[in-house]
Amino acid sequence: MSLAVTSTSRGRHYEALPVAIFLVLALAPLAAAFGAETYLLGLFTRVMIYGIAALALDFICGYGGLVSFGHAAFVGIGAYTAGIFSAHGITDMAITLPVALLVSALFAWLTGTVCLRTKSVYFIMITLAFGQMIYFVAGSLSPYGGDDGMTLKLRSTLFGFPVLQNDRALYYAVLVFLLASYLLCRAIVASRFGRVFRGARDNPTRMATIGYDVFRYQRVAYVIAGCLGGLSGFLLANATEFVSPSFMSWQRSGELIIMVLFGGIGTLHGAIVGAAAFLLLEDMLGGITENWKLIFGPMLVLIVLFARGGLLGLTQSLWERLRRG
Amino acid sequence: MAEPVPNPVLRIENLRKSFGGLVVTDGVSLDINAGELHAVIGPNGAGKTTLINQISGTLEPSSGAIYLNGDDITALPPNRRAERGLARSFQITSVLPRFSALENVALAVQARSGSSYQFIGRADRESALNDAAMQALTEVSLDSRADILAAHLSHGEKRALELAIALAMQPKLLLLDEPMAGTGPKESERLIVVLQRLKGRFAMMLVEHDMNAVFALADRISVLTYGRILASGAPAAVRADPAVMTAYLGEELE
Amino acid sequence: MSLTLLIVQTLNGLQFGVLLFLIAAGLTLVFGVMDFINLAHGVQYMLGAYLAVMFYALTGNFLIALVLALAAALLLGLLLEFTVFRHLYDRDHLEQVIATFGIILFLNQGVKVVWGAAPLSLPIPDMFAGTIVLSPGILYPIWRLMIIGAGLAVALILYLLVSRTRVGMLVRAGATHARIVSALGIDIRRLFMIVFGFGTMLAAFAGVMIAPILSVEPGMGDSVLILAFVVIVIGGIGSMRGAFIAALLIGLVDTLGRSFSIDILRLIMPPSPARTVGPAIASMLIYVLMALVLYFRPAGLFPAKGR
Ligand SMILES: Nc1ncnc2c1ncn2[C@@H]1O[C@H](COP(=O)(O)OP(=O)(O)O)[C@@H](O)[C@H]1O
Ligand SMILES: [Mg+2]
Repeated sequence: MSLAVTSTSRGRHYEALPVAIFLVLALAPLAAAFGAETYLLGLFTRVMIYGIAALALDFICGYGGLVSFGHAAFVGIGAYTAGIFSAHGITDMAITLPVALLVSALFAWLTGTVCLRTKSVYFIMITLAFGQMIYFVAGSLSPYGGDDGMTLKLRSTLFGFPVLQNDRALYYAVLVFLLASYLLCRAIVASRFGRVFRGARDNPTRMATIGYDVFRYQRVAYVIAGCLGGLSGFLLANATEFVSPSFMSWQRSGELIIMVLFGGIGTLHGAIVGAAAFLLLEDMLGGITENWKLIFGPMLVLIVLFARGGLLGLTQSLWERLRRG
Repeated sequence: MAEPVPNPVLRIENLRKSFGGLVVTDGVSLDINAGELHAVIGPNGAGKTTLINQISGTLEPSSGAIYLNGDDITALPPNRRAERGLARSFQITSVLPRFSALENVALAVQARSGSSYQFIGRADRESALNDAAMQALTEVSLDSRADILAAHLSHGEKRALELAIALAMQPKLLLLDEPMAGTGPKESERLIVVLQRLKGRFAMMLVEHDMNAVFALADRISVLTYGRILASGAPAAVRADPAVMTAYLGEELE
Repeated sequence: MSLTLLIVQTLNGLQFGVLLFLIAAGLTLVFGVMDFINLAHGVQYMLGAYLAVMFYALTGNFLIALVLALAAALLLGLLLEFTVFRHLYDRDHLEQVIATFGIILFLNQGVKVVWGAAPLSLPIPDMFAGTIVLSPGILYPIWRLMIIGAGLAVALILYLLVSRTRVGMLVRAGATHARIVSALGIDIRRLFMIVFGFGTMLAAFAGVMIAPILSVEPGMGDSVLILAFVVIVIGGIGSMRGAFIAALLIGLVDTLGRSFSIDILRLIMPPSPARTVGPAIASMLIYVLMALVLYFRPAGLFPAKGR
């Protein structure tokens, strides 16, 4: 319980942070032009794509107390929708994206109906299990590459135009989607709906006795988060021009949780920072040794044991200590 | 819908609840009429909270029936009962700790005014909700603490907040589970005054150990021991009932 | 022919179920008593297998390897408990998940570094190698029967321990009323260590027993762990009886589903789509089963009271 803090009264430097994050993301391609452009563009595109998925997870986890360990399933569903359509020669986003969102929503609605009747640790295990189910189903789709996955023939088009073909165009498209997702989540959290959803985390019994059907609100929120996960997967398939069951392995779900935790749970923009921190760290440690998980694993343990509140929480407390002198 | 005789607001018929072998509600039947304040007293462990839990829907009875304004609500979930005008407070304070006092109450107002499936627009800036919430806070003299997080309120203030949340629901029937438990004599006095003012606006069931409060407020009293109603009637009659004297009231009145 | 296959696959399903039970039993105990969600339980199963391979290479004797592997797994488990887990018991489930996830990453990689990424194998002890004739025309590997037997024996021992001993009584009480048990002045730390050590040994035992018929490789504990979760969720967290029944159920449904889904689908559709759809449906079966059980009984088949 101690981890999540809803900040209804955000400080001023708190508001500055999301603005700064998006400014950096908007300007990054310009800086990238001076060197290692493809590498940096690719990396930041991935950061933003995972940022969308992590954002969605932070929305249900940080504000609703619903710790989902199967969120990569939605990423996989979004990616496979794009992939399967592409295998049949359909690439127009006007068709494929809505379908990807719809399928994600449907999966969220169905599994949410089961998961959300249960509590805390059951919820963790069941979301994990459903995630694994989708993983195995994807692996059994032999027409679409089975365990090996498949490459996409073409990135998505819009009304026939190859709008995402250029890496930079893809980058900015992803940025727009990220910004839209962020603003959407922020608006929802503060809305009537969001207030009920947050209340349900604090005290579901109380919410029920003042007249809210907690389960329905949570399910709607779960569907929203599922859609955003699907969006993330859809973009990921476009960025990598490849889909495979590994997109939805349970380790991926774990990594999404780690991103949320890294950024500090229950802040939304923190999820983006967390995604960046995770992917950069993975890249950095991976550059040092192929056995980077030997370092990363214990790091996670140490963070949990000693740095509650994630990176943002850590910097914030350092910042406050500095200001007080 | 047209009923020949006015229904009681609450009617409980032969309610039973057992946990394993332990019978905690043992054939309870009682009525609460419109505007009436019905006190339920009884020693600890008599089954008072269990009774309230069954009426409010957080606990399923083993058998029996509960009617609210003539409608059978025995199988309804708590939220549907709340929609029909049933509000309650909890013996063990149950508020939303990470919300301000005002938002705690505003959520109760929100539940009764328009849809909560609105995804944009800041709820905390809706003046209609905030005004109504503030009014409820004022009723319990908590208006000066509106912006404090519920987690940071004192025990007495949390008790008052519970009451404000219930009031904001504009209930037809209010169930109060030991609203004075753990509060000082001063706060109890104040709460009695508040309840006195509210009396008559809606029906109330008051579970309370504070006999001053009970005899000052109640129109009728039911005495519950071992899950059964031992006696039920006007305060004076209950006070004079020899069975009640020996079973329960005796020591406390002397 | 088809009946033979049915019998063989039913036995395979039982064997798989028994294996799942060995893993799920420890998990459900640890969770039930300590309210601690331990993702690293699966790597303890993997460690059991690796340690057995290592000790077998050193001693050349399966039984000695088994005993040494169990002892070593227990030591490693207690080391983990001492250094990490005991600081997590009173934390969020989310924090427990992250920290134990970190341990999985570390151990999976560590195993790769120490023993290499290539799959290893452990020979079946000579005594139990080969097959026996169950009935005319039905051959079955003896080692698989050994696994079934060992698993059932462990289930019986567990049942006796939990229902007849003092520690077992505390475990039962702890699974339903952890607070009351600690309020009674029982040394809860010690109880936790005993339960945890026991769970670790059970997982390691499963790893050793399965090593002769499965390749021993990094990450082998991960998917088993998730199946064990499905088992304890269906059975009801904290319930040993639930874990046993659910494990056999999952083992049978999964095994039979995988071997017969295509045949069954061919009854209602042409062979080619049946070959495509069959495996997909088979891989979903146990999760659909879980969904159905939870839809009707959100706390599982044998819910522990008071949770
Ligand atoms: N969930 C439960 N499971 C088992 N016994 C319960 C449960 N809830 C209450 N009880 C028992 O029911 C009896 C009545 O409790 P309660 O209704 O809280 O009494 P009161 O409010 O009158 O003090 C007590 O003996 C209590 O231990
Ligand atoms: Mg009580």
